[in-house]
Amino acid sequence: MVRYILGRITVMVPTLILISMLVFTIIELPPGDYFESYVAELRAMGEATDMAEIEELRERYGFDKPAPLRYLHWVGGMLIGDFGYSFEYRLPVSEVVGDRLWLTVLVSTVTILFTWLLAFPIGIYSATHQYSWGDYGLTLAGLIGIAVPNFMLALIVMYFANIWFGVSIGGLMDRQFLGAPMSWEKFRSILSHIWIPVIIIGTAGTAGMVRRLRANLLDELNKQYVVTARSKGLHPMRVLTKYPLRMSLNFFISDIGSILPSIISGAEVTAIVLSLETTGPMLIKALQTQDMYLAGSFLMFLAFLTVIGVLVSDIALAILDPRIRLGGGSRK
Amino acid sequence: MNVNATRRPRDLLRIENLHVSFSLMGARITAVRGANLRVLPGKVTALVGESGSGKSVISQTAMGLQTTTARVSGKIFFDDPLSGEGPIDILPLPHDGRKIRSIRGGRMGMIFQEPMTSFSPLHTIGDQISETLRIHTGLTGAEMRERCEDMLSRVGFNNPKKVYDMYSFELSGGMRQRAMIAMALVCGPALLIADEPTTALDVTIQAQILKLLKDLQLQMDMAVLLVTHDLGVVANIADEVVVIYQGEIMEAGPVETIFRKPTHPYLKGLMAAIPHFGMQRGDRLKPLREIEVNQDSLLSKKYQARTGPETILSVRNLSKTFAIRKDNWQMPGRPKEKNRPAVDDVSFDIKRGECLGLVGESGCGKTTVSKILMRAIEPDAGSVLFDDGKGPIDVLKAKGAELQSLRTRMQMVFQDPLSSLSPRMTIGDILREPLDIHDHGDTAKRKMAIKALIRAIGLDEASLKRYPHSFSGGQRQRIGIARALALGPSLIICDEPVSALDVSVQAQILNLLKDLQKDLGLTYLFISHNLAVVDYMADRVAVMWAGRIVEIAPREIIMTAPVHPYTRALLDAVAFPDLDRPLNFETAGQTSAVSRANWARVFRDEDGGDGMAPADLGGGHFVLARRNADMRELAP
Repeated sequence: MVRYILGRITVMVPTLILISMLVFTIIELPPGDYFESYVAELRAMGEATDMAEIEELRERYGFDKPAPLRYLHWVGGMLIGDFGYSFEYRLPVSEVVGDRLWLTVLVSTVTILFTWLLAFPIGIYSATHQYSWGDYGLTLAGLIGIAVPNFMLALIVMYFANIWFGVSIGGLMDRQFLGAPMSWEKFRSILSHIWIPVIIIGTAGTAGMVRRLRANLLDELNKQYVVTARSKGLHPMRVLTKYPLRMSLNFFISDIGSILPSIISGAEVTAIVLSLETTGPMLIKALQTQDMYLAGSFLMFLAFLTVIGVLVSDIALAILDPRIRLGGGSRK
Repeated sequence: MNVNATRRPRDLLRIENLHVSFSLMGARITAVRGANLRVLPGKVTALVGESGSGKSVISQTAMGLQTTTARVSGKIFFDDPLSGEGPIDILPLPHDGRKIRSIRGGRMGMIFQEPMTSFSPLHTIGDQISETLRIHTGLTGAEMRERCEDMLSRVGFNNPKKVYDMYSFELSGGMRQRAMIAMALVCGPALLIADEPTTALDVTIQAQILKLLKDLQLQMDMAVLLVTHDLGVVANIADEVVVIYQGEIMEAGPVETIFRKPTHPYLKGLMAAIPHFGMQRGDRLKPLREIEVNQDSLLSKKYQARTGPETILSVRNLSKTFAIRKDNWQMPGRPKEKNRPAVDDVSFDIKRGECLGLVGESGCGKTTVSKILMRAIEPDAGSVLFDDGKGPIDVLKAKGAELQSLRTRMQMVFQDPLSSLSPRMTIGDILREPLDIHDHGDTAKRKMAIKALIRAIGLDEASLKRYPHSFSGGQRQRIGIARALALGPSLIICDEPVSALDVSVQAQILNLLKDLQKDLGLTYLFISHNLAVVDYMADRVAVMWAGRIVEIAPREIIMTAPVHPYTRALLDAVAFPDLDRPLNFETAGQTSAVSRANWARVFRDEDGGDGMAPADLGGGHFVLARRNADMRELAP
């Protein structure tokens, strides 16, 4: 087991190096750099530009050097915790991201918990009451949840909230707390705002998970070992939770790999519509303006989380499923 | 005679006028109609019938395990000798309620056909066995573990402490069935319901499990309701027999009466449909339902008198060792497992027009041999020469056009008729595909050929437009045979063609194969673990054990005068549907790995010997023995 984990971590290193090269290439692909788009933007607005200052900045950040050197500079910086400098915000990347990152993690974690709390009971109900009216109704609701895009739902909710209650539901907190240090008041404000984005972002995930849990559970419910458990006189509820439910959890654990990065990047479009102070909108803005250190470090961070997530889910699967741990001809 | 026997024994389980029906796609299907049967305490009652006869439905209903969509009427009385409250009717009890749950597992245990899937692979064997105790007794953890380990050792595990912490997939099929029995019996139930407990197992393992069931039944003074289709099993362990056909009880009584004087035509038919030993060459099985076949249309020029060399297939020194997957989880410094060859120096010839039977327990390498012959697996060493009169082909080296032509002359019939036919193709497409691949004739000719094929296997032309799922198992297997015949091969490899089929259908398929062989001059390599079937089909029999052919001889010699101890053990383990030939449980209950230690020295390959070689006993009888073996040691 220890050897396996060490082996996996060793493999992660070249993977991450490859990803960093890819990320760098993609960021470099569009013609020009941040300063060129900046100059173009200034000119478009009719403002004068000081080319000397721009050239100086260029030189300072090494933009006149060849691509491989810039790549090394960027990667080397990340290793020592320097994620570069955001030209757009004129601040180090870590400071730009800072506050938003915690809000994003908060929104996403609550969303994931909400999804699980809702999806599990519904999925189990649907599977155990297959083809009942309850199952049909929940299936219909789920399909609508999958089919309606989240940002659409956000727009609809915002519209009706405004028409009926006359409130604007955008944002994660009241205006006055923006940028303010964390306080009890700010926390309460966040709590009172957070449930709307959570429900809106969570619907599709919940619906998708209900469908998958139902399908997985239905496969397992007809297995012989379920009858075996019943023939032992086990309580039906205990039969369900101990055998088929546990069995159908594998898909859920494999999901961890994709959940980790989505905690940070999830639901960009919805976040823009609801003007949430999360990292999603920032990533999109950074890509648009070729703010390369911000975008690049961000993408790298997502890649890192994906790789870690897959490792964590693989290890969890091996711990939970003895077939994976002991399979392949090995013996205890 | 003891006191109990003089008093008329109370029925432990009495089923009265039981009707069970299911609603399926809006229609109601009646599975059981007015069944009456009883199980006496301390006796083995066998419920015999084909698949779909409703026998499993009865056994599940007796424990209240029927699906919620089932509509049930009638009475099922269970008279638990320990409760003292007299017979209680199972059916009106609330579904999955407290009362029925206390009976399940506690007073009635159940074992199933498929030991592979009856255990959850995520929980240890011990966890699943002790669960029964946890539900029904108030024992502490340590006491439960002790009871479980005791039970595990009673069902024949040498190291119950270790097995307790193992997972089901780490055990072989027979071992899993033992663990299953331990699980059903750990609470000491009054009634054990065994649903086809040995059907999925090899002959030798079947004999062991039967012995175990019989022993435990006597030790624990427990009644058994044995659900099976195998009359051989019934003859060996049942006291009472109940025969069921299409949901109705046909005949019931003590095993003596049922076997010696069967009165119902269905039962007589069933007995005539099973191959049994000592049948004469010309004897023919009588299937319960005859099928009309028409092979005239197939007797075209393709099949006319084949001439050519006498040996159609010649296999020499075939060996194959599978590499075990590299193990990521293995701790460093642990000894590597040694790879045992799956096929080890196998040589045999198949003569033109004969049927060579290949028998052995599962895992002995039979299927690997067939896959090597079909070029699905590359062997490590050896040669295979095929010659049906159109020039010899080196099977293992054939390429391009030569390989293509080989494919038309050698075909295969598979074990599982459902998974070997594509569910997305009509029967017509399935039969046409080989003709398309090999570019035989034009569209009109192919159409004609397909029609001839479907008639030859006794189906009508309308079936060409249907899909495999709309046919029964036996019909599907006939379609599989037609597919193999499409290109007019001269050699057909049949890999367990009837082991997935019901007894009543088995006879149809065997007769069909026999007729085709005679009329079309086919040659078969017939692989099976069922000795009675091989005895019926084969002209010569090769017995395989641990990747080697240990004995090969004409079938009369193998069946009556076998020399190799493994062949003898295999024959001893067959459960005959004949009261006068009971299983010898003393010898039949041993695995070949254990009994091997008792084999005569000449048959054992040990260090210091000169290795093993086939010894010629004359008359085409060869047995694997030490190279320097004395002929007198090999006398039968």
